[in-house]
Amino acid sequence: MNIRRFPMTREISLLVLVYLYVPVVVLVSYSFNANRTATVWSHASLDWYGRILANPAIQSATQNSLVLALCAATAATVIALLAALATARAFPSRGGVEAVLNMPLILPEIVVAVATLMLFVALGVQLGLGTMILAHTAFCIPFAYLPIRARLEGMNQSYGEAAQDLYANRFRSFRRVTLPLLWPGIMAGFTLAFVTSLDDFLTSFFLSGPGTTTLPVYIFSSIKAGITPEINAISTVMLVISVLLVSLSFFLGRLRR
Amino acid sequence: MTDSSAVSIRSVSKGFGRGAAAVRVLEDVSVEIGQREFFTLLGPSGCGKTTLLRLIAGFETADQGKIIIEGQDVTQAPPFRRPVNTVFQNYALFPHLTVEQNVGFALVEQQMPADKIRARVGESLEMVRMQSFARRRPAELSGGQQQRVALARALAPRPKVLLLDEPLSALDLKLRKEMQIELKLLQAEAGITFLFVTHDQEEALTLSDRVAVMQGGRILQMGAPRDIYETPTHRFVADFIGDINLIEAEALPGNAIRLAGGAQIVVPHQAQGKVTLAIRPERARIVAPDAGHLQARVVHTAYLGTALVHKLALSDGATFLLRQSDLDGTQPPIGSTVGLSLPADSLRVLLQ
Repeated sequence: MNIRRFPMTREISLLVLVYLYVPVVVLVSYSFNANRTATVWSHASLDWYGRILANPAIQSATQNSLVLALCAATAATVIALLAALATARAFPSRGGVEAVLNMPLILPEIVVAVATLMLFVALGVQLGLGTMILAHTAFCIPFAYLPIRARLEGMNQSYGEAAQDLYANRFRSFRRVTLPLLWPGIMAGFTLAFVTSLDDFLTSFFLSGPGTTTLPVYIFSSIKAGITPEINAISTVMLVISVLLVSLSFFLGRLRR
Repeated sequence: MTDSSAVSIRSVSKGFGRGAAAVRVLEDVSVEIGQREFFTLLGPSGCGKTTLLRLIAGFETADQGKIIIEGQDVTQAPPFRRPVNTVFQNYALFPHLTVEQNVGFALVEQQMPADKIRARVGESLEMVRMQSFARRRPAELSGGQQQRVALARALAPRPKVLLLDEPLSALDLKLRKEMQIELKLLQAEAGITFLFVTHDQEEALTLSDRVAVMQGGRILQMGAPRDIYETPTHRFVADFIGDINLIEAEALPGNAIRLAGGAQIVVPHQAQGKVTLAIRPERARIVAPDAGHLQARVVHTAYLGTALVHKLALSDGATFLLRQSDLDGTQPPIGSTVGLSLPADSLRVLLQ
């Protein structure tokens, strides 16, 4: 049945889109507002973008966020790649292994964040960028795993056999055939993991130590001090980066072979 | 004989799955394949022919038995340590590499110097007339061209034995006929052993020096195409290869066999009890209604240009095909009753 034939489909779709995107549009437009008060429009300006570039607190938060996302996404992608290769073949407990790998998608993040905090405190580990990288890696794994797994599933297993038939041992066969063919999936997984880490607030908020504030944590703390268009500007920058990276990941995932 | 064999399969068995779901795919198969022989494994899907090929390539490991290639026991060796190369059914050309990179793949693994690789890749592509496509990717080639590249890639390292897994099944009829001739010429030129797997009996007969007909994980009959066609030993082999008429009959003491109509024929084989006789359509003759071994009614006649094929009904209702290549001879009208003469030396007594 064609969904377009239902009455009001167009109107309802429009309403949903407005509901979803109006707040974002408002946020982005007010980042170009010259007025000090974020909710009153005076005239257009790029002032606030200049200010966030000059703000040392934002600079260090941005650096923390990028280092954290880069490390966590890299580690998660490596683990996810190994996991995807291991679960490519059917074995009795495969369903269980995949469930454990994808657990972070289902578990409430606040519970995991509190549990991780308590674990590190109990172990007497100093909170900081290291503990954040560990925690981010854990919840980034499923985001890296799913695109790699999808790519691997669409891959003909006779490529690996052909490589071995042509005298490549298992490692060489992986290097010369499997890895290049999986590459778009790996990059898509890495990008998704990177964006997920970059956007994360809860886990970072619980585990950040002195001097390791990330951008989302910084935004949260400065909102408590009052909303300025500066926050709109940072949020807009993060939004643009996220959209770009997710689009990139989407196109990589659809690349043919 | 065994020492000069290119491939020697000794009592190999293979099963898949465990417990109740276990399936025996190969049962105690033994074959000796000679040097430079074009050997074909022929059978319907599920007969074990592809599994046997994969055991020789090393993608599967035998449960029992031995596989010896050029005097070297490779039963437990991984695929990359076996002096064989495979042409896959779906070609399995690496999509991220160009044609010349595909063909040179094995040579790089063998650590051949770059200039030698270039020369060998050129030679191999020339052999399959694909030189002008060296820089293309597999996706930019037609099915027939991919087929040629797959052949060149498997031949480039000059293997002792080339394994071909239904390599022509994805091509259309005309292209398949062309490639059959080319394969045969290539084999003569390269001078290596070809082990070919197919379910197409015509292809098997056209190409092979020897054919092994497989069913249910066993080799039923092995021999030159002519022997397989002219002297099938099993009902399955007779039925699978070409058109054949099967007649139920009873063996009498001595070498005589009594047909359903009561006529007796003396055949050159010994048999007992109920037997199945087989005769090719081109071997039976039409004679006067009361002069033959059997009587039949003409149901339909098809003109094939070089021959007439008569579809006849025997008195018990069974269909009998008769191929008449003498087009000037008398042609029985449809509906008429004719006699069938079955020359004793063209009759085969089948097992099972």
